[in-house]
Amino acid sequence: MTQLVTAAPTAPEGQPEQAKPPRGQFGVVNFFSQGFLLLWAAMVVLPLLWAVMSSLKTDKEILSSPWSLPASPQFDNFGRAWNSGHIGTFFVNTVIVLAGGVTITMVVGSMAAYVLARYSFPGNRVIYYAFVAGLTLPIFLALVPLFKIVGNLGTIPVIGPYIGLNSYAGLILVYVAFSLPFTVFFLHSFFRTLPTEIAEAGLLDGASHTTLFSKVMLPMARPGLISIGIFNVIGQWNQYLLPLVLLQQQSSFDSDHSVLAEGLLNLAVTQGYKSDWSGLFAGMTIAMLPMLVIYVLFQRQVQAGLTAGTLK
Amino acid sequence: MKFRRLPFIAGFLFVPVVLYVIYVVSPFVQTVFYSFTDWGGFSNTQNFIGVGNYVRLLQDDIFLKAVLHNAFLLVLMPVVTILLALFLAFMLNVGGRGDSAGIRGVRGSSVYKVVLFFPQVLSVAIIVVLFQSVFRTDGRGLLNGLLIALGLVDPNKPVQWFNSPDLVLWCLLGVMVWSGVGFYMVLFSAAMQSIPKEIYEAALLDGASRGPTFFRITLPLLWENISVAWVYLGFIALDGFALVTGLTPDSGGGGPDHASELISNVLYRTAFTQGKFGLACAMGVALAVFSLLLAIVQLRITRRDRIEF
Repeated sequence: MTQLVTAAPTAPEGQPEQAKPPRGQFGVVNFFSQGFLLLWAAMVVLPLLWAVMSSLKTDKEILSSPWSLPASPQFDNFGRAWNSGHIGTFFVNTVIVLAGGVTITMVVGSMAAYVLARYSFPGNRVIYYAFVAGLTLPIFLALVPLFKIVGNLGTIPVIGPYIGLNSYAGLILVYVAFSLPFTVFFLHSFFRTLPTEIAEAGLLDGASHTTLFSKVMLPMARPGLISIGIFNVIGQWNQYLLPLVLLQQQSSFDSDHSVLAEGLLNLAVTQGYKSDWSGLFAGMTIAMLPMLVIYVLFQRQVQAGLTAGTLK
Repeated sequence: MKFRRLPFIAGFLFVPVVLYVIYVVSPFVQTVFYSFTDWGGFSNTQNFIGVGNYVRLLQDDIFLKAVLHNAFLLVLMPVVTILLALFLAFMLNVGGRGDSAGIRGVRGSSVYKVVLFFPQVLSVAIIVVLFQSVFRTDGRGLLNGLLIALGLVDPNKPVQWFNSPDLVLWCLLGVMVWSGVGFYMVLFSAAMQSIPKEIYEAALLDGASRGPTFFRITLPLLWENISVAWVYLGFIALDGFALVTGLTPDSGGGGPDHASELISNVLYRTAFTQGKFGLACAMGVALAVFSLLLAIVQLRITRRDRIEF
């Protein structure tokens, strides 16, 4: 115990301060900390509430009385944003890309992490460190050639149009590849902690390596899979740079595959010209609420997933 | 058993490694190669020009400005975010009433943790749209409206925020801090809770008050988390692409009058608007070098003996 305290470099040793008057002082501290926490909470919540409130106003109300409640809630702002603002399309695009991206990331990432964590073979370290090195390099380093590579893949006969620029699968594969370093790194450490005896027992019972992985190891790694799954959902949902570069429409006939992030920012520009502020706020509310609802429902897992995901 | 092992390993690694090599490894390597060429992007031919692009970067005023602006954010953003997050986490955990059972968390701490974490789950596009209206330069923006209502700002001369060359970087800094504090508060708070209660009880018995307890027990025990947070925040400060393109004036962001150019948006413009792919690749390499330096320097500065508990 004492050893732990002295391990802290500047910990004081054996110099007790004078006994202090507890109640009064702590009351003040309590008041003080409540004050600061409330202030910061207000700074977070008020702009969000204000935006949601503005999404229910008319444009005139937004400009003339930005602070007051809407006289009557204008729900057609949402219809306008969803249809003529194309938020509906962007939303569906995002869900498609996210569903594909996160599913493949989890499957492929856990396979790689498992093999790298539990089997020794020549080249194991090289592959593992190649994945981990990807963690420190900024995406901007890859950006320009990546654009060219995806463009070139698009010229491959037959499958080209599905994985080239401005295609769902093309973007999904890029998401998967860029999510791999962290997923592999995180799950690698997780698979390593699982007990060896169970794996050995399974092999003795005649289970194949594949069965062992899917029936024994994956279920045991569930907490880790949930954490990194949430981490990937939020990471890929919020991705902005990759879709901006890779979903550029190739011609005016090309369909618009934009995801919410870039769609919303484009909307911010066009609605700015049209002064359709209420439509913009409605679009923003649509983009914001699903994640906030998921977060509030699963806040414990989301917080645990994101924080464990960052510092493991 | 042995004979089925290798096919299994190869089968499991094939897809991830192929994807990784095509989409991550090869572009990284190509960027380094192209940074030594005059590749225009639209043709597939390029000439090797040695360090020509790097020489050009050193003479490029806008790029050098961008490096300075990134440095500004790199120095201030992590410090401000970490200090605020630590402060709020401390308030959250030990701000409550103290009694014989020790010091307690503040009332409603779980609600604060949920609410303050909000910005982390908002897409950067939402943050951009939100702050476009918070920082509106007429009297109708959230911030200007508030300042005018409080009588701090003349209604006829609202603050110009992102349109003011003097304020624009500070506003970017503010948005970055706003979106980062909640996450690191939750992180530090979790770390604080993993510190054994006995240590605090011992300190309490020795008569230590909150201040010394924080600086001499909590802070040293959180040191490792803080140093990792520092590196992560540094990476965010080196990026800033979506914020600067979405919030600052001029085409592609970086205005007014290049007062807020960052490496990321200069790189994007150089590549995808001006079509100078080779030069943009050199910027990418420079950015990667800064990132690596940051990680090395930061981990060396903050390195201390690990304390197990």
